[in-house]
Amino acid sequence: MPQTADRSTAELQQIAAQVRRDIVRMVHAVNSGHPGGSLGCTDLLVALYFKVMQHNPTSFSLDGVGEDLFFLSNGHISPVFYSVLARAGYFPVSELSTFRKLDSRLQGHPTTHEGLPGVRIASGSLGQGLSVACGAAQAKKLNGDDRRVFVLMGDGELEEGQIWEAAMYAPHHKIDNLIAVVDRNGQQIDGPTAEIGGLGDLRAKFEAFGWHVLEADGNQFSTLLPALEEAVAASGQGRPVIMLMDTQMGYGVDFMMGSHKWHGVAPNDEQLQKALQQLLVENASDY
Amino acid sequence: MKDFPYTESKDTRSGFGAGLHELGKTNPNVVALCADLIGSLKMDAFKKDFPERFFQVGIAEANMMGVAAGLTIGGKIPFTGTFANFSTGRVYDQIRQSIAYSDKNVKICASHAGLTLGEDGATHQILEDLGLMKMLPGMTVINPCDYNQTKAATIAIADHHGPVYLRFGRPVVPNFTPADQTFEIGKAVLLNEGTDVSIFATGHLVWKAILAGHLLAEQGISAEIINIHTIKPLDEAAVLASARKTRCVVTAEEHQRHGGLGDSIAQLLARQEPLPLEMVAVNDSFGESGTPDQLMQKYGLTEMDVVRAANDVLKRKK
Repeated sequence: MPQTADRSTAELQQIAAQVRRDIVRMVHAVNSGHPGGSLGCTDLLVALYFKVMQHNPTSFSLDGVGEDLFFLSNGHISPVFYSVLARAGYFPVSELSTFRKLDSRLQGHPTTHEGLPGVRIASGSLGQGLSVACGAAQAKKLNGDDRRVFVLMGDGELEEGQIWEAAMYAPHHKIDNLIAVVDRNGQQIDGPTAEIGGLGDLRAKFEAFGWHVLEADGNQFSTLLPALEEAVAASGQGRPVIMLMDTQMGYGVDFMMGSHKWHGVAPNDEQLQKALQQLLVENASDY
Repeated sequence: MKDFPYTESKDTRSGFGAGLHELGKTNPNVVALCADLIGSLKMDAFKKDFPERFFQVGIAEANMMGVAAGLTIGGKIPFTGTFANFSTGRVYDQIRQSIAYSDKNVKICASHAGLTLGEDGATHQILEDLGLMKMLPGMTVINPCDYNQTKAATIAIADHHGPVYLRFGRPVVPNFTPADQTFEIGKAVLLNEGTDVSIFATGHLVWKAILAGHLLAEQGISAEIINIHTIKPLDEAAVLASARKTRCVVTAEEHQRHGGLGDSIAQLLARQEPLPLEMVAVNDSFGESGTPDQLMQKYGLTEMDVVRAANDVLKRKK
């Protein structure tokens, strides 16, 4: 049965802390990967997979008929995706130890190629996920399937032109079963997005393209959950929905927060211990 | 040399349009996307009769490839339509990641391939598309020779799970293959048995190879002519069997020498049966404006070029 979870915020916070522990341990173990964006988007993915979405982790089907779907367009934050999928029951939590290693299903960037349950498209080369989500949402409409499609993009990723092709396409085709989220952490590899890409007023841009736009703090369940509820309520009204979600890169680990420097750098042994001391879970079940 | 009678000449793109329309009637999962070229791709009939399964994407090919990949999630079989240039080079990374690597059941249907696009010139005359597509793991690459074969190929690829690149073109060419043919992906078609030289041709060059076969017969040369409609997977058994019999090979295609059919066959022969080979193909050059016939002549893709290549390779035959 697809799950809809009636979890308390306190429970979600515990899950999020466990996921963050997974993230720093995974990237530390292979001395590579992307902890910053993963930590920043942890609360969103936990909220989606443990509260908002109806989905079926124990018998994964690629077509996902009758389920809510999630696409990760900024595939480099695979650590949070893998941890949340495992913790939700898509595959054994122990498999997180294979992340980025030879012969693993947990490739550096997510892929369907190795048959990992929970992943429906490869991502990593940026800018492609919004188009894919549009297509999947249209397939749902053709199938008479009333579930929704969620997609997460990075804010730096919005510098890709294909995003704006899809941003024009979705409202024109009235894809109102689509809920997009932008991780507005203000950072990209070479520095702050404001200095590099000139994203400008994203609310005004998406509104001008015909989207229903809302904004939320993505690191506080107290604001994130009502915003997701609002997004779901706004779907089905003839327009696609986009949530501009403010997060802090590295959220939860003080020395990783607020800087682009932890975009693609793993913590060393000492930093890992320091991070884990900040990510406390009542009954930690590290893989 | 066999005769290949035909009653009319038609464009291969119309074969695609007819095949797609047929699929609309027979396969409810088939959907079509077009990037502002409905008339050029002959997708009008599908759009008219199956509007709910047709998606006008506008001049946004990258988005089209992504949307097509997404439509497969839920069981749809998307056919994308635009010019060959915009179906491949422009969207290579989208095809690579969202379609090929993701093993999505998308049919990339490409018209106006090669020089025979004509007057629009080199910006639109892609001669690298077969190479780009055959390099992608898991991609099936098909280049049929006439209207009937393009229609049959279009219908056949809907039943094949996995990404397919289907290449066709703009000019009218003799429609000589049977209307009731069964199209088998990856199965070469022996058109004329011969003993002196094997000519492997694809797409528009198949008819040129037939014309060349008649000219060679007048010279007393017996040419075996084989239509390689599927570039990948290549029918290696058919190529090797013919090459082992005739002991010399000509390849012919409307494509760059680099990366095309000739390149695939040369690689196969080098590994398994080294034999003299000549390629009729564009030699590391862009095209230009002109009529299709003028361009095929200038860039060396006529029946006379096939004849010349056959004569050249016969001199090297041991």
